[in-house]
Amino acid sequence: MSLLRKIRDTGRVAEDAPPRPTENPPPAAQELGGSVQVRHIDAGSCNGCEIEIGSAFGPVYDAERYGARLVASPRHADVALVTGPVTRNMAEPLRRTVAAMPQPRLVVAVGDCALNCGEFAGGYGVEGPVADVVPVDLQVPGCPPRPEAIVAALRIVTGR
Amino acid sequence: MSAAGPAVVVAAGLAGVGALAGVFLPERWQPRLAPRRLRASVVGVCTAGLGAAGLVAGAAALGGARWSADLPGLLPLAGVHLAVDALSGLFMAVAGAVVLAVAVYGIGYAGHGTDARGVQAVLPVFALSLVLVPAAASVSSFLLLWELMAVTSLVLVLAEHRERASVREAGVWYAVMTHLGLVLLLAGLMLFAARAGGETFTVLRAGAGGMSPQARGTVFVLVSAAFASKAGMVPLHAWLPRAHPEAPSHVSALMSAAMVNLGAYGIVRVGFDLLGGGPRWWWLMVLGGGAVSAVYGILQAAMASDLKRLLAYSTSENLGLVFIGVGAAGMFADAGNQKLAALALTAALLHVVNHAAFKALLFCAAGSVLRATGLRDLDQLGGLRAKMPATAGLFTVGALGAVALPPGNGFVSEWLLLQSLIHGFAVPGVTTAIVLPLAVAAIALSAGLAAAVFVKALGVGFFARPRSDQAAAATESPPSMLAGMGLLAAGCAALALVPGVLGDGLSRAAAAAGVTGGTILSGGSLEVRLDRISTVLSPLWVAAALVAGVLAVSALTRLVSRRRRRTNARLWDCGGGAPTARMAYTATSFAEPLQRVFDDVLAPEQDVDVTPVRESAYLVERVRFQRRVPDRIEHRLYRPVLAALSGAGQAARRLAGGSVHLYLGYGFFGLVALLVALTVIQ
Amino acid sequence: MNAVGTAAVAAQVVLVTAGAPLLTGLMRQVRARMEGRAGAGIGQPWRDFRKLLRKEPITPVGTGPAFRTAPLLLVATAAVIAALVPLASTATPVSRNADLIVVVALLALGTVALALAGLDTGTAFGGMGASREMTVIALVEPTILLAVFALSIPAGTTNLPAIIAGRIHDPARLASPAGLLAAVALAVVTLAETGRLPVDNPSTHLELTMIHEAMILEYAGPDLALVELGAQMRLTVLLGLLASLFAPWGIATSASVAAVVLAFVLFAVKVALLGAALAAAEVFWAKLRLFRVPELLAGSFLLALLAVTASYFLTGE
Repeated sequence: MSLLRKIRDTGRVAEDAPPRPTENPPPAAQELGGSVQVRHIDAGSCNGCEIEIGSAFGPVYDAERYGARLVASPRHADVALVTGPVTRNMAEPLRRTVAAMPQPRLVVAVGDCALNCGEFAGGYGVEGPVADVVPVDLQVPGCPPRPEAIVAALRIVTGR
Repeated sequence: MSAAGPAVVVAAGLAGVGALAGVFLPERWQPRLAPRRLRASVVGVCTAGLGAAGLVAGAAALGGARWSADLPGLLPLAGVHLAVDALSGLFMAVAGAVVLAVAVYGIGYAGHGTDARGVQAVLPVFALSLVLVPAAASVSSFLLLWELMAVTSLVLVLAEHRERASVREAGVWYAVMTHLGLVLLLAGLMLFAARAGGETFTVLRAGAGGMSPQARGTVFVLVSAAFASKAGMVPLHAWLPRAHPEAPSHVSALMSAAMVNLGAYGIVRVGFDLLGGGPRWWWLMVLGGGAVSAVYGILQAAMASDLKRLLAYSTSENLGLVFIGVGAAGMFADAGNQKLAALALTAALLHVVNHAAFKALLFCAAGSVLRATGLRDLDQLGGLRAKMPATAGLFTVGALGAVALPPGNGFVSEWLLLQSLIHGFAVPGVTTAIVLPLAVAAIALSAGLAAAVFVKALGVGFFARPRSDQAAAATESPPSMLAGMGLLAAGCAALALVPGVLGDGLSRAAAAAGVTGGTILSGGSLEVRLDRISTVLSPLWVAAALVAGVLAVSALTRLVSRRRRRTNARLWDCGGGAPTARMAYTATSFAEPLQRVFDDVLAPEQDVDVTPVRESAYLVERVRFQRRVPDRIEHRLYRPVLAALSGAGQAARRLAGGSVHLYLGYGFFGLVALLVALTVIQ
Repeated sequence: MNAVGTAAVAAQVVLVTAGAPLLTGLMRQVRARMEGRAGAGIGQPWRDFRKLLRKEPITPVGTGPAFRTAPLLLVATAAVIAALVPLASTATPVSRNADLIVVVALLALGTVALALAGLDTGTAFGGMGASREMTVIALVEPTILLAVFALSIPAGTTNLPAIIAGRIHDPARLASPAGLLAAVALAVVTLAETGRLPVDNPSTHLELTMIHEAMILEYAGPDLALVELGAQMRLTVLLGLLASLFAPWGIATSASVAAVVLAFVLFAVKVALLGAALAAAEVFWAKLRLFRVPELLAGSFLLALLAVTASYFLTGE
């Protein structure tokens, strides 16, 4: 009963939806029609971006209301959300995970590390940015990027 | 003039020809063009003919014909009496059909000992005994044929004794238990014959009414214990999971699909027909034994990773379901509700037929796998659907029947059995109110576990990828084996789709057992019509609806989807590296959750052996872990009995001290005691 | 009569197929609102379905016919059940064949097909999902059949339209102890069969906590669309069965068009209410550890057994 009271007292936590981003969606996203399943891949990140992604899918920013949903298997997914500079050990798994996704598929690189290795550029365990390993369709800069930026990128893909 | 008589004679003749062929023909015939296995082929053809004759005789009897024959000269003092009525006709037809298909299969099944003279000569005799036991009409002919069946099956079980030591152990268990059953049967039937004043079944039937309730009860208990052991009922089932895996697969099929049925036949014949029904406690005993066997059998099958042991325990489960039906029928008959009793008995008999069809098919498919890979262990099989597609498809048909789901044939008889129990509430009494829900619960649990068991057998054994080199090197079976399995699969399909054709025959069989009442099973569907209610099952409709549904869904999906071409992708391995065949779930891992749930019943034994490094006891060089799920009833029941017997034997050795004075003393005092006893009695 | 009945059956199948994603969307929306989120809207599962149909179909190397046919069989069994269960009318051409035991067995057939597909992939997770699913199904069977037994005693038959017609005409059966106990037992059965909390979490990402999801990790594109649709249809027909058995008011017993249309409207309302209640309850529940699930199922078995004995002793038959 205390949980019921808490639910009633808390009410709605989700912030109002900001205006829809106006960029053109990537060509692969045009068939998706407002439904995007997202598979997150941590290719060696420090987990800062993961916390922001977790926040983006949480109650405050609620990315799910725009049609994006996290899934466990890349076979169920349309978008691969990649964080972290790609370490040598994660290069091949990243390739295989993206290869396991059925077409049409997109890769969204989240965070400065995914774009240009960020803080870890030149490290001995780092293979290179995500674009060196798999073709990237959308980029979200920031270290870490704010949840609003992540949600905006997903909204470009879903078109909602 | 019915076909039953001539068919039986033809069967006997073919058996003789087959046996002689088995003894005298050479194993191979080597013309320049194509060497053939002569002995096996001729014996197989003769046995198949025998089976066909048995099927014809049984079908004629199911159609209403009756036949009897008295051969006083054949057996000294007693003579051989044979009589075929609808009840025996059903079991003869089942045995004949199974023999026919299995004999065709056996032509191609070449095992390491199966081609030997002894084995091939005995096979037609075994088949003949299976067909004739239901036709026996006197105590001595019944016992003679029963023992013939036991001895010939023992020889067949021991066929591969040169290959494995476990075959000999299985043979010993089988021989001892089947002859203990024979002793019980002998005692019971002799008591019956003595009290009734004669040994033919007609005399027994007439004289049963005059026997005291204690005598009838004793006869029933002795006889049903023997028949229950033959049918693989717990706790007398220990021979079943030993003998079936070690026997050649077509012999296992014959035993599981034709021989164990005769246990059910015996109880129906003696309990319903000869003794004319009995008090409720008889049938509660049968029902209770059936329920316990059903649940225990399928639970042990769930734990088994040896394919044939799994199938053997599944036989125990299915015969348990049959016994539940027979027990319920007896209880309803005792309460006076003949219609309900007929329904329950019909359900039990239909399950006998269905079980024979799918179990024979499953054992033959297992034999096909064994022949192709040399393995019975599910943990090491896998990937066989690519190498042996026909066998995999036929195993799927059998498994569909065994899981008792539509559109399989096992579902039809299980539905009918559930209907008879659900309507059993029409019989008043607190006993039925308690027993019937528990029986339904037992059937439901065994059905659920059977689904898990056969998903395991099919999925782990045939699907995914091979887990051993032998499985990877498997090839499809020769055409004769596929033809035999195909016959059985056709039988399963016919029983699944149009079970109503058996309707009249089953009613006549129930009536021949003394339970008149008649349920109406019409052409395609099963319709149960009792006093106020009627329920219908139309298996054909369900199968057609499913097929239509699948086609419609497939067509609609293709119409609507945009990309038609399928891509072959590598398996999703979590990115880490190619999954090896060793990573797939084995039978043991599949059954592990069930084993944990039923931990108290199964009591698995676990052994951890740690070998430390020589220099320091804190470092470990090797750890060996072993777990096995024993048959707990064997441990709790058989081991103490065997230990007691062994102890008694050891103690008795002291009687044979070696001293001549002692032996003379035994003789003298024995004689004196006998004379005193005779004086006192006179 | 034939025309109205046939139309009712066809409409049942179409409505269940079309409405199943909507029901799932409603349940997700209720859950989202209770968690303080905005939610994706009721139509999101339909958008997911449409998108999945447009994706590329994939057959992993090493899988076989079982993997390909399981989604078809899952949807087909759910569709046949939707045709058989009298969701809107008890006077249809298939009424004679609508046996409750057949319905239960068809549900099990769908589960078995999916379990075989899970084993067919040869991956560890597929086998794990199949093993756990078959364990749950094996333990649920006694409860289901005893509940069937309890429901068929007052009606004297296992024929569904007859049972439901009897419950419409004799409301005392609904409020009887046997009826209530059977209702609770069947509610637990529904949770187990459809893989909802507390037996299984349908939205988990941790493979080691999965039962149903683990079997479908390899499916993609149209196959995945069918698997998800099949699971949603099973939930809808099971909730519809619960509604028909325990709140049968409104189901048409004659062949009049008006009665059937009203019955459809009421069916939609009842199933929506049941789904919303289930979704709201799930917010309060946590998933049970796998080896605590048999305790839950044993409890529901006892309830079903009590329902049968109560049915016998209280009706005095």
